[in-house]
Amino acid sequence: MAFVNWLKRHLVVIAGLLTLAYLLLPNVVVTVFSFNNPKGRFNYTWQEFSTEAWQDPCGVSGLCASLSLSLQIALWATLGATLLGTMIAFALVRYRFRARGAVNSLIFLPMAMPEVVMAASLLTLFLNMGAQLGFWTILIAHIMFCLSFVVVAVKARVMSMDPRLEQAAQDLYAGPVQTFLRVTLPIAAPGIAAGALLAFALSFDDFIITNFNAGSTVTFPMFVWGSAQRGTPVQINVIGTAMFVLAVSLVLVSMLIGNRRNRQKA
Amino acid sequence: MKTTKDTTAPGDSGDVRLTGIGKTYGAFTAVHPLDLTVPEGSFFALLGASGCGKTTTLRMIAGLEEPTSGTVHLGDQDVTALPPYKRPVNTVFQSYALFPHLDIFENVAFGLRRRGIRSVKKQVEEMLELVQLGEQARKKPHQLSGGQQQRVAVARALINHPKVLLLDEPLGALDLKLRRQMQLELKRIQTEVGITFVHVTHDQEEAMTMADTVAVMNAGRVEQLGAPADLYENPRTTFVANFLGTSNFIEAEVDSASGGELVLRAGGGKLILPEARNSAPTTTGGKVLVGVRPEKISLTHADDAGGIPAGRNRITGRIAGAGFIGVSTQFVVDSPVCADFEVYVQNIDRDPRLVPGAEVVLHWNPAHTFGLDAAQDIDAGVETVEEEVA
Amino acid sequence: MATLTQAPPVAPPPAPEKRPPRRRGRWTPYLLLLPGLLWLLVFFALPVIYQASTSVQTGSLEQGYEVTWHFATYWEALSEYWPQFVRSVLYAASATVLCLLLGYPLAYLIAFRAGRWRNLIMILVIAPFFTSFLIRTLAWKTILADGGPVVDALNALHVLDVTAWLGWTAGDRVLATPLAVVCGLTYNFLPFMILPLYTSLERIDPRLHEAANDLYAKPSTTFRRVTFPLSMPGVVSGTLLTFIPASGDYINSDLLGSTDTRMVGNVIQSQFLRILDYPTAAALSFILMAAILAIVTLYIRKSGTEDLV
Repeated sequence: MAFVNWLKRHLVVIAGLLTLAYLLLPNVVVTVFSFNNPKGRFNYTWQEFSTEAWQDPCGVSGLCASLSLSLQIALWATLGATLLGTMIAFALVRYRFRARGAVNSLIFLPMAMPEVVMAASLLTLFLNMGAQLGFWTILIAHIMFCLSFVVVAVKARVMSMDPRLEQAAQDLYAGPVQTFLRVTLPIAAPGIAAGALLAFALSFDDFIITNFNAGSTVTFPMFVWGSAQRGTPVQINVIGTAMFVLAVSLVLVSMLIGNRRNRQKA
Repeated sequence: MKTTKDTTAPGDSGDVRLTGIGKTYGAFTAVHPLDLTVPEGSFFALLGASGCGKTTTLRMIAGLEEPTSGTVHLGDQDVTALPPYKRPVNTVFQSYALFPHLDIFENVAFGLRRRGIRSVKKQVEEMLELVQLGEQARKKPHQLSGGQQQRVAVARALINHPKVLLLDEPLGALDLKLRRQMQLELKRIQTEVGITFVHVTHDQEEAMTMADTVAVMNAGRVEQLGAPADLYENPRTTFVANFLGTSNFIEAEVDSASGGELVLRAGGGKLILPEARNSAPTTTGGKVLVGVRPEKISLTHADDAGGIPAGRNRITGRIAGAGFIGVSTQFVVDSPVCADFEVYVQNIDRDPRLVPGAEVVLHWNPAHTFGLDAAQDIDAGVETVEEEVA
Repeated sequence: MATLTQAPPVAPPPAPEKRPPRRRGRWTPYLLLLPGLLWLLVFFALPVIYQASTSVQTGSLEQGYEVTWHFATYWEALSEYWPQFVRSVLYAASATVLCLLLGYPLAYLIAFRAGRWRNLIMILVIAPFFTSFLIRTLAWKTILADGGPVVDALNALHVLDVTAWLGWTAGDRVLATPLAVVCGLTYNFLPFMILPLYTSLERIDPRLHEAANDLYAKPSTTFRRVTFPLSMPGVVSGTLLTFIPASGDYINSDLLGSTDTRMVGNVIQSQFLRILDYPTAAALSFILMAAILAIVTLYIRKSGTEDLV
């Protein structure tokens, strides 16, 4: 009876932790199999422990080139989408203008459309224009589908901002430009950063839209896709594990620094 | 300030002059065109319930709101077309609007820096001392208490030596005790720096404690303007009478007039009203609302009615309720001429017979009576006060 | 679209209507909007129009295509590929329901019960995004492998007998069956459910739970009458963020499924990139788009959450 009661009280916690395990299980597998020494071309069954792949992560031809291309595209796409998206977000929150509803729909629609539809449409356009598929078409596509997400992230932040702060700046002799640079931008910064981070992650990991519009250019997800058909090198797991560990440790370190700074100030 | 000083004529007064200033939003009129002059160096309060147009008026002085009509003058300079950042006016905002990403020092230095002043350290430190926050200079706003934040907001505005300091409900976010303390503090600072303060508030007590002059606003209009005591003793509308404190009203008819006094009939009895304290039309037979404040009234048990001096206004009634609150007892008296007559009696010698159900006589000095136009709502201003409390 | 969402597109709290402050530049909003909107018009709206026109063209790759208003393509596409459409909706809906069932406890745990572990769990939910979703999906091949521990356990418990009878699995394998595809879809889009759910749960004042308890509500009643209704915005945007991408997905079907689990995304992809039958591909993706928009609009109307952007 005591056990049943305990179970009742902690049911939500147990269910939540099971879901978390479900979410993390593949990552555990990816990490474990980065130390595998597979027989044959596919890395799906455990053979023996080996650190070979970790010693030579770029040992597969094309892997590191695709990784660096993906990082470059993600960087530029983030820059473009963040700039354009932030401008739109400010216009939406701060100004009244005609056709607001149409503008809102145009921003919402890319998020409410399966990627394969956007990918196919864009390819139709590029084929009709006779555009050369490659780096530029990928970049154009990535900026397009990241834009809406940046708008949403920045808009939420700007909307929660007290308009009196900008009025106070104006009251204290800051002209429009000064007000924007000294007050608006610093306060909106966390929202812009969140939008940029989101854009980077979306772009770096995108496969479907890229696959349609890349021509013969190979990004990292496309490399993984290709190897899933031909044979998966262990190095893929190495890169995946390294990215995971890097991301978690970066977040943890920044959180620790943030905590310490707060404690010092308080 | 420095940027505008050159354009003002020498020897000008620093009065704030609003001429025919009004504001409409579409079909809604927030402020009806009004004229108002705030003398230099005075502490001026705009008092009214929320939505009465007082904040809009303040924001038009600050330049944060464009008037639909009329002009704003600071001294002899017409500033109507100037943007807020070019006006020698600073504001203490409602809930302060301190910049969350800057520390206290940089918040206070903000205005100086924007005007290109390089060495701000000494001035900022002096200003922080004035508001007793020298220790907190490097903290962020969210690390301070409400009262401290309020003082930062005042320091941030005052350091610019504005011609006028505008305060938009500056104490609204503080608890009662701190609010009392800050009222005195603000009054002290104003006396010390001698700058004109224009203060917007819905709290009548706050307005009366601090201001030299109070303008009571209602529905986009100034109902009455004057010194706090004058407004309280001699209200000219039911709104002012009810919004500032509590008033009892009796509907009466003009009987006759003689020697500067009006004689009125109410429910068979007679009441005397000094003509100087009447703002209603006085044709014989005309209606007048007779008002009297609860604390002006004396309460005598009906058995002792003979002892009441002649010449006092008197009505009879029965005590309906009594509330003991320490310094005084608040009675509610049912009378034929007015239900729910409120009477405050100081607790000097308490008469044990004055309990609910007792027959009593209410009497007061006719000089404390005021007369209002009977063609207005008796309860104007009452509900708005209650809404504010709720 | 399997990637990190820091700020999911949840409807913002209903802020009191603030009038935008007066600005002197009347053209500023248009200048701010222009570059971004132009980008979306040229690379999002225009392609959709192009595709609409492609779908009614006839011709061949060699001789070129011409607009002939050949609407029969739609009919042919539908009659040939309706099983894939049905499958897409079915798989996506199952994955969405599973995501909601699995994701709600975790979001609830993070919002109300995690205490000092809240940030860590949050990180663990988001961090897998940094391992490419394709690599993680491939890991499911290992987990669900024939004769692996998971499949053996399910066999021993006779679970697979039941699922095979339902048609979700085939024989004693999980891989290359509908179950594997739905499992992969659920896994891939689960964070898109958890994050908006968490955002709306976190806004709920815990005192509301106490108030409900104080007013004689059992924990289950509190959840049904207070918590769940208040988390509706999160449920709505979470289900949309899961259902929409899942219905167009072809990765999970391709990697974890078989030819019997092909979804409409697979068809569009192969028509476009392998068979090069552009009109059919365009018609298919147009039908998918229209279907999704209709479902989304209906759903948003029903749930009363209009402002999603």
